[in-house]
Amino acid sequence: MSNSIRGAAAIVGASLAGLGEAPGRTSEDIAIEASYKALAEAGLTTQDVDAVFGSLPGDCSPLSGLLMAEIMGIQPKFTDNNRTGGSTFLSYTLMAAMALKEGLCDTALIFYGSNQRSNTGKLVSSVRPFPYEAPYNPIFPATSYALAASRHMHLYGTTREQMASVAVAARQWANMNPEAFMRGPLSVADVLNSRMVSSPLTVRDCCLVTDGGAALVMVSAKRAKDFPKQPVYLLGGAAATTHMNIMAMADLTKTAAKDSGQRAFQMAGMKPSDVDVVELYDAFTINTILFLEDLGFCKKGEGGSFVASGAIAPGGSLPVNTNGGGLSCVHPGMYGMFTLVEGVRQLRGEGGERQVKNAEVALCHGNGGVLSSQITNILGTEATL
Amino acid sequence: MSATQAPVFSGPGPDRVYQEYLGKGELRIQRCGDCGKQVFYPRLACTGCGGIKLEWVQPSGRGTVHAVSIVNRQTEKGGPYNVVLVDLAEGARMMGRVDGVDNADVKIGMAVKAKIDSSGKAPFVVFEPA
Repeated sequence: MSNSIRGAAAIVGASLAGLGEAPGRTSEDIAIEASYKALAEAGLTTQDVDAVFGSLPGDCSPLSGLLMAEIMGIQPKFTDNNRTGGSTFLSYTLMAAMALKEGLCDTALIFYGSNQRSNTGKLVSSVRPFPYEAPYNPIFPATSYALAASRHMHLYGTTREQMASVAVAARQWANMNPEAFMRGPLSVADVLNSRMVSSPLTVRDCCLVTDGGAALVMVSAKRAKDFPKQPVYLLGGAAATTHMNIMAMADLTKTAAKDSGQRAFQMAGMKPSDVDVVELYDAFTINTILFLEDLGFCKKGEGGSFVASGAIAPGGSLPVNTNGGGLSCVHPGMYGMFTLVEGVRQLRGEGGERQVKNAEVALCHGNGGVLSSQITNILGTEATL
Repeated sequence: MSATQAPVFSGPGPDRVYQEYLGKGELRIQRCGDCGKQVFYPRLACTGCGGIKLEWVQPSGRGTVHAVSIVNRQTEKGGPYNVVLVDLAEGARMMGRVDGVDNADVKIGMAVKAKIDSSGKAPFVVFEPA
């Protein structure tokens, strides 16, 4: 049963929209632009869509699954507006694959759009202060991640310099991505000397606040080769959740990515050494360290030295966040969707200057809440089926 | 008695009871009558075993700083402040703030004890060096 949806569905359209700044446009506008572009890639129109999965930021449009379908004139057989934070898109792919495999729908559209930068200039979140944390005024979500970082530093000797190297690697990738919002030189010293937000995290340890949207089109594997683009198959996927609020996270240095990763690899019949490119949700620099450890790319406690070695930067042994990530490319509030689009582009060979050679397997990983929800997707080309 | 008739499903809920204790100057947390786990924040059911026999007990208030972050608030808005997670001696974990010490001296492993801050609209627990 564990491999029941391995290779059952494929992504045949993937697109971005409104990256960086999209003044005067609503979150819906951005999501719809991305949806039309993804459908166009697949040679489809909204009239072909019979399942809709998606989110807009901050529940600004409650029931956005219904709203988006209405705006585009779609009357879906299957709608999912599940919200686990920025990881949620990696559960939409799982749900879509199941529904497609079982014939509950034929063409699934997954959407996201956010105008948070142009609209408010700050992170728009649907999370409300938790009564047992609110009196202490933690910055949501930065202080929660900062607490986890403090614990990782205490237990494993991880340093601020090592965390900064995550941001530097992301910038080096972004410098090869014309669509990235933040480009230009960035050094470890620049990260350390930038404004402290919630120690040990400076503003350059934190993801960007941008606009942006993305969309994916998924179909059953049976007809995946009937479309213009090379299909990218979902080989494995799994979700795991440990908590909602940071005070309830049992071990601040061990995330549910360990569990989601293991089950996703099991479904795919793969191991970390089979992965050519990693796209993970780097909301903060500590995330990349935690997830690389928990997903099995290095040992627990060795993530700091691993990232500081240059392994994840261009030219390193493990390409991570090849678009520049949430730290330097785009972060409209729920970054998980962008891990999938970049994974697809790398597997299609569309990465341009930043293309990872012979990429056949991509691991995409989403994080939601405050290290709360972890969802792993493993994508592969036809050769990996 | 069936689960649906259990006392926890009637009367004031756990948030209200906790606040009422704090209002009287008492920190109370819950202890599971089935498995003995100390539970915080207040709940209807034990997070360890799922049991619904949570009892209100008075912890020693002693604890250890488990994690710390200094929020770099601007000086004109009141300046930096610390946010900690504290493991109470009895096992439950709380978020908090350590008063009476420089932020730079709030360290993981530091011994602290709870006190109730009643200066605001609703009382809440803070910590001071033990």
